[in-house]
Amino acid sequence: MSATAEILVPGRAGEGEALVLTAPISFWGGVDPETGRIADVRHPQHGEVIAGRVLFLPGTIGSSSASAVLMELVHNGRAPAALVLHEPDAILLLGLIVAREMGWETPMAVRLERGAFDSYRGAAVTVAPDGAVTAAV
Amino acid sequence: MAMRIVAESARLLGAPRLIPIASTHIDGALYHGDSGTLFAERLVEGGAKVAVRSTLNVGALDLMGCSRIRLEEPQRGMARRMMEAYRKLGCEQSWTCAPYQAGHRPAPGSDVAWGESNAVVFCNSVLGARTNRYGDFLDIACAITARAPDCGLHRPDNRRAKLVFDVSDLSPSFLASEIAWPVLGSLYGREVGNAIGVVTGVTGHPGEDALKAFGAAAASSGAVGLFHIAGVTPEAPDVETILAGPEPEAAIRVTPDMVATARAGLSTAAAPKTIDAVAIGSPHLSHAELDSLERLIAGRKLAVPIYACTGRHALALLEQNGRRKQLEASGVAIVADTCVVVTPIMPDLAGGVLMTNSGKFAHYAPGNTGYAVLYASLADCVESAILGKPVFTEIAA
Repeated sequence: MSATAEILVPGRAGEGEALVLTAPISFWGGVDPETGRIADVRHPQHGEVIAGRVLFLPGTIGSSSASAVLMELVHNGRAPAALVLHEPDAILLLGLIVAREMGWETPMAVRLERGAFDSYRGAAVTVAPDGAVTAAV
Repeated sequence: MAMRIVAESARLLGAPRLIPIASTHIDGALYHGDSGTLFAERLVEGGAKVAVRSTLNVGALDLMGCSRIRLEEPQRGMARRMMEAYRKLGCEQSWTCAPYQAGHRPAPGSDVAWGESNAVVFCNSVLGARTNRYGDFLDIACAITARAPDCGLHRPDNRRAKLVFDVSDLSPSFLASEIAWPVLGSLYGREVGNAIGVVTGVTGHPGEDALKAFGAAAASSGAVGLFHIAGVTPEAPDVETILAGPEPEAAIRVTPDMVATARAGLSTAAAPKTIDAVAIGSPHLSHAELDSLERLIAGRKLAVPIYACTGRHALALLEQNGRRKQLEASGVAIVADTCVVVTPIMPDLAGGVLMTNSGKFAHYAPGNTGYAVLYASLADCVESAILGKPVFTEIAA
């Protein structure tokens, strides 16, 4: 499975095990900024850790501090290996934009139809510098 | 650096240009880790100053000294440095998530850049000023440049309602109750996501604190930045005026069952026999809400503490006539400048149960504090705090 995704925020190419979220998430209050663990008890993927994973996000909700949580994850080395979003989220992705301004290495964020997310579930996924999202067979 | 952040966000959002803004409300001064402090200090080192009126949302410390924050060094020092950096940038020391009740009320139709999800939704919906949901760091970047990307809710066409949320099947007694608005807000946010809707079937203005609670709950369960209530909010004198087309794209007819499910969904604790604390004030309590709290406690002693979160704007009035001391003597813990879900205040308690009348606290407390929550009206919260065990008054939808 491979698809070429639009690059939303350039950054380090990444690979990791796919984590496909099945519900939108609020990063603030939903993800622990120290560990990257999903802390929202009502979220279907509660307890999973997003650090080092290729994170597929069907949508984001809630707090406008999502950007701060993502930047803190970058600063702590607990960011996802790459972010795959159904649509650009200016609040969340600000965390990457500002982290880059600070001179920190950030993962890439790309855009892909959420209909394609399922085919990556559980796979080892690579997000290449050109935005190609590939699952190892 | 601030202009680069604004321009890069504009590119992501597909905004063709930047527009001037009249004010900002800044959510970025809350400590989530060292990275935010380092960013704010980088701006200070570069000589940046805000170019428009900028109020500050809550921080991680109670600078008024009302409550004891259990944030330890080195985090405590970094949180203080962050608050200090935003002061040096020229922001007002408002430290509240309800700036609209602390004298910051932009004019209808004006463009502003506000952060904090509940403040955004109130600013758009109740004040009729225009803002998108500004994330942390973009808010301060807009304040420094006095510019914001021209897109989304800054454009009048994008502010029109595409769906109808009809509450006319609900009983008038439920709609007049305090719990109606946080519960309906939570349901509304889940149903509409980030779409613009208009609520119909509301007779009479429910009051500003009810709209505050509705918006805060909706912005926690969904990505709501603007709602309309026909006949109540300024851009919706009636349904026809605010609808984007002759017919809505969807109509949600709210049933009592839907309300009961939404209400049950605000609690995560399964029928506990006792409670460990009550938390109120998300968004920060207004003068009127503090009055209600006093009236309901009526000088009685609490068995478990009520954490009452508010801003320094409301605190000033409480300091008069010894009102704060009386509340504290009953067992109320006043929390100023911050709140119990953004910084450690309540004791770490495995299996702890927290009761609240706030849809927003109900949403965030389990993840941020580890406490399970029970949702109830303010009156039930007070009675439960006095007894140390949950008391519910049945209010049928």
